[in-house]
Amino acid sequence: MVIPHTHLLAFSLVLFVIGIVGVLTRRNAIIVLMGIELMLNAANINFVAFSRMHGDLAGQIFAIFNIVIAAGEVAVGLAILIALYRNKDTINVDEINIMKG
Amino acid sequence: MLMFYVLAGVCLGSAMMVITRRNPVHAALFLVLAFFCVAGIYVILSAEFLAAVQILVYAGGILVLFLFVIMLVPLEPEGSRPPVRTARNIAFSMLGVLLLAGVLFTFFREAEPSGQPGTAALLAHGGNIEAVGMELYRRYLLPFEIASILLLVAMIGAVVLARRQV
Repeated sequence: MVIPHTHLLAFSLVLFVIGIVGVLTRRNAIIVLMGIELMLNAANINFVAFSRMHGDLAGQIFAIFNIVIAAGEVAVGLAILIALYRNKDTINVDEINIMKG
Repeated sequence: MLMFYVLAGVCLGSAMMVITRRNPVHAALFLVLAFFCVAGIYVILSAEFLAAVQILVYAGGILVLFLFVIMLVPLEPEGSRPPVRTARNIAFSMLGVLLLAGVLFTFFREAEPSGQPGTAALLAHGGNIEAVGMELYRRYLLPFEIASILLLVAMIGAVVLARRQV
């Protein structure tokens, strides 16, 4: 049995939207980072789905590089959080407004 | 076939739990459940190497990193919690639903692509792992090396940022 590609893409889309809603609505910066991870995973599923659709391994290779980028991003992001907590005593993204954003 | 829908359902459910739980530790544990389901879906899509990398890097590395930071940064005390921004949350959630509806509409309107998935090429002699290894170390050798430099830079950056005197 072959899973229809539209179902795969719909699944990754829903996962991506859950990630976006998490990033936009949560105040805890750690959970915001988790939302970003969910979005990256959705992108990876898309890569693998298209790789299968075209019978080309390049999509899977790209997904591997994507995982590398995600690992680096999480390491740097969490280091920034620790530095932020040390200086501001909070990781609530609503209270971190020194750049007047 | 059925397995895919079960895994997708569990994955979406735990992703919902990730963004709705108050306690970041619970969110992290649901996150790892979602990652495991995604790894299962990679196996169904005959991307076994990617499934292994997903479990090793996400469940092994990233989750531990998250849990460490959750332990280092104390949770907010329950009493001093400011009122929930309900209006804003609902507005952003509606935005998400709108985006979802728009994109779902576009690609369910399109017909299913007629091309048969060329799994034969993906499962060429020796299976997925050998094929991925061959591609990675031959055609994509330079990006592979650049990725290692990127990881080195990220590691140095993380150490510098998290040091006591910045």
